[in-house]
Amino acid sequence: MKAFQYVRANTAKSALEALAKDPSAQFIAGGTNLVDLMKRGVTAPDKLIDISRLPLNKIEKVANGVRIGAMSLNSQVADDKLILEKWPLLAQALNAGASAQLRNKATVGGNMLQRTRCGYFYDTEMPCNKRQPGTGCGAKEGYNRMHAIFGTSEHCIAVHPSDMCVALVALDAAVVVQGPKGERTIPFTEFHRLPGDRPEKDNTLGKDELIVAVTLPDSPYTQHAHYLKVRDRASYAFALVSVAAALELEGKTIKSARLAMGGVAHKPWRLQEVEKALVGKTVSEATFQQAAQQAMAGARAFEYNAFKLKLAPNTIVEALKMAAGLTA
Amino acid sequence: MKNKDERIGGRMSRVDAQLKVTGAAKYFAEFEVPNLVYGVLVPSTITKGTIKSLDTKKAESAPGVLAVLSYLNAPKTPAYQTDEPSKTSSGRGPGMKAFHDNKVYFNGQPIAMVVANTFERATYAASLVTAQYEKSSHQTELKSNLDKGITPKSKSLQDYQRGKKDAYQTAPVKIEAEYIQPTEVHNPMELHGILAQWEGPDKITVYAKTQGVKMTQQVIADTFKIPKENVSVHSQFVGGAFGMSLRVWPHEIATILAAQKVQRPVKLVITRDQMFTIAGYRPHTHQKVGIGANKDGKFVGISHWANVQNSNYEEFTEATVGMTRFLYRSPNVNTTYRVVPLDICTPIPMRGPGEATGAFALESAIDELSYALNMDPIDLRMKNYPEKDPEQDLPWSSNHVREAYQLGADKIGWSNRPKEPRSKKENGMWIGYGMATGTFGAHRREATARAQLKADGTLLIQSAASDIGPGTGTAMVQIAAEVMGMPADQIKFELGETAFPYAPIQGGSATVASVGSAVHEACMALRQQLVELSGNALKKAKVDTLVYEEGRVRSPTDRSASIAYTEILKRNNLPMLEVTKEAKPGEEGKKFAMYSFSVHFVKVHVHPTTGVVRVKHAVAVADAGTIVNHKTASSQMMGGAVGGIGMALQEEAVIDHRYGRYINNDLANYHVPVNADIPDIDVLFVDKKDPYINPMGAKGLGEIAIIGMAPAIANAVYNATGKRIRELPITPDKLI
Repeated sequence: MKAFQYVRANTAKSALEALAKDPSAQFIAGGTNLVDLMKRGVTAPDKLIDISRLPLNKIEKVANGVRIGAMSLNSQVADDKLILEKWPLLAQALNAGASAQLRNKATVGGNMLQRTRCGYFYDTEMPCNKRQPGTGCGAKEGYNRMHAIFGTSEHCIAVHPSDMCVALVALDAAVVVQGPKGERTIPFTEFHRLPGDRPEKDNTLGKDELIVAVTLPDSPYTQHAHYLKVRDRASYAFALVSVAAALELEGKTIKSARLAMGGVAHKPWRLQEVEKALVGKTVSEATFQQAAQQAMAGARAFEYNAFKLKLAPNTIVEALKMAAGLTA
Repeated sequence: MKNKDERIGGRMSRVDAQLKVTGAAKYFAEFEVPNLVYGVLVPSTITKGTIKSLDTKKAESAPGVLAVLSYLNAPKTPAYQTDEPSKTSSGRGPGMKAFHDNKVYFNGQPIAMVVANTFERATYAASLVTAQYEKSSHQTELKSNLDKGITPKSKSLQDYQRGKKDAYQTAPVKIEAEYIQPTEVHNPMELHGILAQWEGPDKITVYAKTQGVKMTQQVIADTFKIPKENVSVHSQFVGGAFGMSLRVWPHEIATILAAQKVQRPVKLVITRDQMFTIAGYRPHTHQKVGIGANKDGKFVGISHWANVQNSNYEEFTEATVGMTRFLYRSPNVNTTYRVVPLDICTPIPMRGPGEATGAFALESAIDELSYALNMDPIDLRMKNYPEKDPEQDLPWSSNHVREAYQLGADKIGWSNRPKEPRSKKENGMWIGYGMATGTFGAHRREATARAQLKADGTLLIQSAASDIGPGTGTAMVQIAAEVMGMPADQIKFELGETAFPYAPIQGGSATVASVGSAVHEACMALRQQLVELSGNALKKAKVDTLVYEEGRVRSPTDRSASIAYTEILKRNNLPMLEVTKEAKPGEEGKKFAMYSFSVHFVKVHVHPTTGVVRVKHAVAVADAGTIVNHKTASSQMMGGAVGGIGMALQEEAVIDHRYGRYINNDLANYHVPVNADIPDIDVLFVDKKDPYINPMGAKGLGEIAIIGMAPAIANAVYNATGKRIRELPITPDKLI
């Protein structure tokens, strides 16, 4: 890889200052994705600002919820007592991602900012609008088995690879970011974006901003929540389709629901309309089938990923059944 | 007291276990020599054509760069000036001439090598080399080029016919189906490469990742036209190979050229994505099997066609259709094998080469036939068991496959298998059982071992064998301990050096049979000499009737008439007793058909709506003659079963044919099994000595460990779901 400068920041402020001085610099936290991208020549920053030592790794109970520092490790969050008790869906999703070694290194903020695993993005000899705007999308008419079925554009059909983000979007998380002008909060549903005609832009984080925390509101989804990830091997594989399903039940009646999918779009795919339709219904296979059909409205497949049109609804039904306790 | 685990049939732990787990075992890339510099390859970015110009200026002026080697400036390789490269060293040399001309045969082909004083600098500089090409249109897709298949030159893969052609078509019950094996990449943990150091104008030392140091030595000597004795190859430890190191690759020759150019030792370690493009693979294969039987299950005929992915610059073949000719008694059999030249690198044997692919087709088809006949698939195979080899018309040297069926069926609980597919659930999952047979030639090659019995009572044995993982050194120590009646900790076996006597490549499951025989004979010869030197008392007895125990030889009848080996040496004033023995197969191969056999059984769960397959239990049974070491042999069988699970459910290297480039060329996207994919694997051995193959009676088992595993899983998936998947890997999308 290209030689680069390395500086270490000790506070969020100094990190932002270092970035302001050198806009071509990039933050590095766990580096579990960035280092790969640098090795393959996908990205070649002149300077890395190491933010892994910033004091942003606390998981704190706050009024009406929890605040998870952006530097918290994936494994730390997954094992946290409070998270396990109040937001088990998040812990399940985290443990479904990557490998134990990677979860011990990857941070919450870094997980959100990981790039797509599209093969055309990784091979610098291939066309890819995300890597190099204007070169075209190699995947659209290429090998697109892992690719999106929702929200694609003619410029990009990549998916966001995170499991954690699927649970976070379902649980109404918000992203706290700090910039030169201070802090702002972005609802998780608005953090990642669809490719449109700017596929190089994965999210709405400003170039001069740093993620400092993720907050989760208190949730009733402690008993009936399930993260189901369907993948080609039992561990250490990206999702073909994943579903985060959470239900608030009164007897057999659904009081409220949360539902999101991974592996299907350029962003974690929250299904708010489906959630609304589930309210007041009785838990049953039929109810969930109906929800799954509704969820698939607008889906569009490509040559190698048509199976997702069937796998996605099947996985929704299965995840909802698991959440509701309808299957063993 | 003798420790039975240290003898043939024991469960001795690996002699190099401690070295391996502590990191003390040194692999080729770990060697450092003075003045070492680093090579990094520049791959072509087109699939076919010629290089019009190569811009190396930026790279040459990058920090630390010593040279940029290419066809423009590489030293001339002596052999490439005259011979066809594929003729060099009987096909084990590189089929393509490294940096010889401007031709591009496949995408990713090395077109230059940057040499720099650090690996990182070489890597960066390699990214600065640019090429202008004259592109030609390319073909990398097998499916759309099936009509371009040609009959290979290889004698063993000519069209074969016994009885009537395509007789299966006339049978009352028949199956005809196509089966597809994708490209698989060996992907051992250890990356490929070489460290090359010229010691003089015609003398070289290399540290290599090779499955045969003598093979590598011969190829280098032939390529550079230097005396064989002047080529030293070191390869004591290999971090997995699975066949990919059975030849010398062009990038190894390129590294030797680079070392010549910069007059310093050069180390090359290729990258993971280069493991996909320049170091071989299991070829993508389209097969068709037609099989017909009478209503009682007796086979009427089997036809087997294979179309196999190949490169455009040399021929590669493997015995894909081989087992169809002899595994079952069928009066009519015909096989057809075609190679399809494409613009890709040449394949190389990958564990169970040919047979693993062929077994997927044949053993799936037999399973299909069993349902059509409404017969148990084991009964169907038993019914068609051949009492002798129907291909060569020879008796088996040993064949206990029927016993293997029984052992495996009992262990997996075959009686629980649902008779009807898609009829039984467990915890919400469809459950299914499947089985399949594997076979591979029980080979033996010429090998030599040197044994030195020292005055301190220790025994050193050397042979230029390889150990790519099975535990060769351990088995050799056991064979020596058995013959000599010595404790294992007094015996050392050294391998992986060209300075040692000749041993063949470690390929085709033949190391124990070949090198083990040499060790056996060397030790027998030592015993003989010891007896001759022992004095009159024992000399009168026949060598074979004496007892060799605890480092002593004694009369079978008179315990007091015993003498220590050390005492014999001392009395004769000998510092050491040394023998070198060559062992080779005799005429037995002409009198008997020699094969190892395996039977794989699995139980699977299939999720009804997501299509996820989990292997819940696997039983691997081997008929591999005498098992020298039950512990390492079990590990080897387990490793093969794991490889088979990968083959059945996960492995597929995908090329985007528009570009001729691999699209999933890393270990995140090319899946091999992880621990969570692997169930309990029970390994059972028939463990009956083959009377003819070699003194130990051991047949090989490296290949049969994987052959048959993939169809066993495919058959179990059918039993569970009623869906017959004829294209590997069986991923969830194929089952929903």
